[in-house]
Amino acid sequence: MAAKTPSPEVVGQVDHHPPRKGWMDTKPEFKPGNYLYAAQPQNLEGVGLANPRTWNPLDDDWQLPADWKGTVREGIAERLQRYRSFKLFMDICVRCGACADKCHFFIGSGDPKNMPVLRAELLRSVYRGELKTAGKILGKMAGGRKLTEDVIKEWFYYFFQCTECRRCSVFCPYGIDTAEITIMARELLNLLGCNIDWIAGPVNNCFHNGNHLGLQPHTFKENVEYLLDDIEEYVGVKIEPTFNRKGAEILFITPSGDVFAEPGIFTFMGYLMLFEHIGLDYTWSTYASEGGNFGFFTSHEMMKRLNAKMYHEAKRLGVKWILGGECGHMWRVVHQYMDTMNGPADFLEMPINPVTGTVFNNASATKMVHITEFTADLIKNDKLNLDPSQNDHLTVTFHDSCNTSRGMGLLEEPRYVMNKVCNNFVDMAPQVTRENTFCCGSGSGLNAGEYLEMRMRGGLPRANGVKRVHEDKGANMLACVCAIDRAVLTPLMEYWVPDVDCCGVSELVGNALVMEGQGEREYNLRGEENPSYVPPPEPEEPEGEGEAEAGEEGAE
Amino acid sequence: MIGFLFSAVAVLILCGIAVAGVWALDLKVLFGVIIPYAAIITFFAGLVYRVLDWARSPVPFAIPTTCGQEKSLSWIKPNKVDNPTTSGWVILRMAFEVLTFRSLFRNMKLDYREGPKIRYSSEKFLWLFAIMFHYAFLVVLIRHARFFLEPIPGALVVLEHLDGFMEVNLPFLGLGLPAMQLSGLLLLGGVSLLLLRRIVIPQVRYITLASDWFPLFLIIGIALTGALTRYVVRVDVVSIKEMAMGLATFHPVVPDGISVWFYVHLFLVCVLFAYFPFSKLMHLGGVFLSPTRNLPNNTRERRHINPWNYPVKTHDYHEYEDDFREKMIEAGLPVEKEMSEPEPEAPVAEGAEEEDK
Amino acid sequence: MKLFTILAKHKKAVLKKWLDSIVESYPQETARFLRNKKDQFANPVGYTIEVETEHLFDLLMEGMDREKVTPYLDRIIRIRAIQDFTPSQALYFVFALKYIIRHQVAEEIDSDALEQELVDLEASIDMMALVAFEVYMACREKIYDLRAKEIQQNAYLLLRRAELIVEKPGKDRIEDNAN
Repeated sequence: MAAKTPSPEVVGQVDHHPPRKGWMDTKPEFKPGNYLYAAQPQNLEGVGLANPRTWNPLDDDWQLPADWKGTVREGIAERLQRYRSFKLFMDICVRCGACADKCHFFIGSGDPKNMPVLRAELLRSVYRGELKTAGKILGKMAGGRKLTEDVIKEWFYYFFQCTECRRCSVFCPYGIDTAEITIMARELLNLLGCNIDWIAGPVNNCFHNGNHLGLQPHTFKENVEYLLDDIEEYVGVKIEPTFNRKGAEILFITPSGDVFAEPGIFTFMGYLMLFEHIGLDYTWSTYASEGGNFGFFTSHEMMKRLNAKMYHEAKRLGVKWILGGECGHMWRVVHQYMDTMNGPADFLEMPINPVTGTVFNNASATKMVHITEFTADLIKNDKLNLDPSQNDHLTVTFHDSCNTSRGMGLLEEPRYVMNKVCNNFVDMAPQVTRENTFCCGSGSGLNAGEYLEMRMRGGLPRANGVKRVHEDKGANMLACVCAIDRAVLTPLMEYWVPDVDCCGVSELVGNALVMEGQGEREYNLRGEENPSYVPPPEPEEPEGEGEAEAGEEGAE
Repeated sequence: MIGFLFSAVAVLILCGIAVAGVWALDLKVLFGVIIPYAAIITFFAGLVYRVLDWARSPVPFAIPTTCGQEKSLSWIKPNKVDNPTTSGWVILRMAFEVLTFRSLFRNMKLDYREGPKIRYSSEKFLWLFAIMFHYAFLVVLIRHARFFLEPIPGALVVLEHLDGFMEVNLPFLGLGLPAMQLSGLLLLGGVSLLLLRRIVIPQVRYITLASDWFPLFLIIGIALTGALTRYVVRVDVVSIKEMAMGLATFHPVVPDGISVWFYVHLFLVCVLFAYFPFSKLMHLGGVFLSPTRNLPNNTRERRHINPWNYPVKTHDYHEYEDDFREKMIEAGLPVEKEMSEPEPEAPVAEGAEEEDK
Repeated sequence: MKLFTILAKHKKAVLKKWLDSIVESYPQETARFLRNKKDQFANPVGYTIEVETEHLFDLLMEGMDREKVTPYLDRIIRIRAIQDFTPSQALYFVFALKYIIRHQVAEEIDSDALEQELVDLEASIDMMALVAFEVYMACREKIYDLRAKEIQQNAYLLLRRAELIVEKPGKDRIEDNAN
């Protein structure tokens, strides 16, 4: 009997078993859905980046510039001299493997080259083989290899498959940060003109028009006005913000995605309502209308070129300090790079919350405060009239953005705010929150449509954490403080955990705010009938005030 | 796996060189004096050179990896160790990192899969083996100071006493062996387990290079030959101490009657020392320099200076306004300069600005 | 059913082989991680495969039910549908179960009656395979659907302002999205 039975292997023989080859001999296969589109020439030309041309990753010939090998070699050498991080991380890895299974792309795709250590080795092997004596002589035996076009293709494939989330660096005994290595590798790729269009396009737009989508000043203003009409319709309050106004106390900057993308616009409406509620003297800028910085995903220089707008505009308008909206990598740039690159911000003043008088000492040099730090301070000082029951139909959980968690430490502020504007907040498991948080799978400029399938792989560990809290605790809303998250977690949830929606923290704030002179709040900011809305029997105000008072204690 | 064989064979060849040199060619001065001095000089010079070479590259940006709550509002408790804002807390964070391998320890995860039963996943072994190996190596190194010091300091005697607490005698060999030392056992055990881990776990084997196998084999060779000289061959300790004291006081002597096994042990140690600065073993020095660990997270409070910060081409507001002036005026946005040629006066712009204020 | 009594005995072995046959479709370096890492958050793929294959096996013993089998299959296939697999590679695991069971119990199939029971069981697995096709297609369709929707969402307000989106403010729009 057994002899006649076909073995499982027979049916399984559709080449499931990957070839047993060393990693240096395995090449990535570009297939639709697993690579990002190449940067269009006009987007590189617009900001003076190298080697603009029409090309496609599927091409055999990538039309690399003449002497591209020399360019890469010199590029590596120059960066070794400029960045101790890079030099050290090229040398001290002991390949212990602690990072191997910490990458969301490895977990979700199963591709061993997504192990952070191996991603770094893709570059390290060239460093050894082209720049170190031992590697030049002993080659593979010393872990070295030569530069070839295939190496460049492999870099393109894998360094645009790292979201610079830094999770691996938490677990590395030497703090080796793959984000740092990816940043360098992308700089090198940019020297050859091998960028992706989803990054190059926004960079070019942001440089010339002030924001990623390239909204011109009047369009930006009209978009905001459109949202003001929505607020008037759903909340019953007319708000009239100002643009490019000199002499305002505060300049507010947020990712431009919030001005046109869904569900970011609802977060944007939350900001508008919050500032109106407290009577903040602030202005928007159409010139510095982008908080995000896709330059950060191109090169340090490009990051600086785009970021310069913030201080430049703050100085021109004569504001006292800058308030920043919800965004992940924007805050990594603002927190760890901005003052160093484009400071000192001596033309600004120490940030003081004009409503509470709180001095933001932690931002005394950079002079830029995070919106949830600001909101938490307002709530703590009981300056907001809140009705958290407006969010009662939601059980909210929170996605810690990689950059604000591991490149800043913004963990409690959003949780405090959410606990005050919602009655049902539940956290995900500790393995997948705070410094252990899993990336949305689309950060660092990988949120392009053509890459959706890959993003579903990268986002799997995050979605899995949400799925668990959804099943165990009934979470149905995933809040976050990042514009890319808002854009990409929505499809991610729809694929993996369809019963969970996605929003920004400030959207929840907006829905809970009891505005002066507001109408009936039958609709939430999305224009949906609010299931938690209770028509008032007689008096309407006391309930809201009661809630605000309740919010007074219970700080921790 | 070529790297595996290559490294194993390389260590065997090194042993062979020492045997051939001392036993067959009688090059005791070379192996007992010249090579040890050369190795030590290479070690220190190389170590200093590598650290200075790293330090020569500046740290343009402060990029600590934060693993806890930031210091922001006064009523939110910051996590001062995992997200330090002052040098004092940075030093503590580094101390945890260097002394307890804290980041590796993070690998220890509770497993909730089968109900509330708590189990640890396998990564704890990496931390355990690493701690075992590194501390045992340290103790063994300190213990060897007895060969270079006269009189032997009390602290060292205490350490040896503690180390030898196992007092394992192997009477069945009928040799009346000296007390078995815990550190030696742990060293050999730790390094063998680290080696085994690289062989057994496919994903780690996949990333392992020859330069990872080689130091493991080398250290195993050192530990084995060391054990051999102590427990089996019973080398002449007095002569060896004489030789060591000679080296330490720069009056080298090469006493007769020292077993060739000792020379093999010594030669492998020399190779390790000389190889050290040029290998991944430099993580010893590198761990202190890592910008993701040794910087405070206070970048919004204190400006970090980039020594090579250079001016870049930006697109300033005036260029922007030049591009969009007409549209801005039309949309009622304030402008700095009015329309130049077509309209003689542009009260619209002035008006708009006033209005907005 | 005598066969089920026999299979109950072999449950552990069958599940192990089944799990192996699935994880071995991944690179060797990954396979061990998928199989051994026991944390459901750190290893969602391996965890899901292990848990859901057991559910499927139990369901097979209870009697195949189209309704019940769909969510179990869904959780495995949803993952494999977006990974680097062709459709046949993604779904072969269902068929593999047939051969694994046959191999496992071959020596104990000593009567025609038992052989018939085995054939019936295999028919149930075939049915499972048919459902798997549907689940797989639904996942792939979802991906294309999401791609289309994402383009709209990313420029939502611009499209709405340009009246390129037929706008029904309020609930309807959101429901459209949810479907």
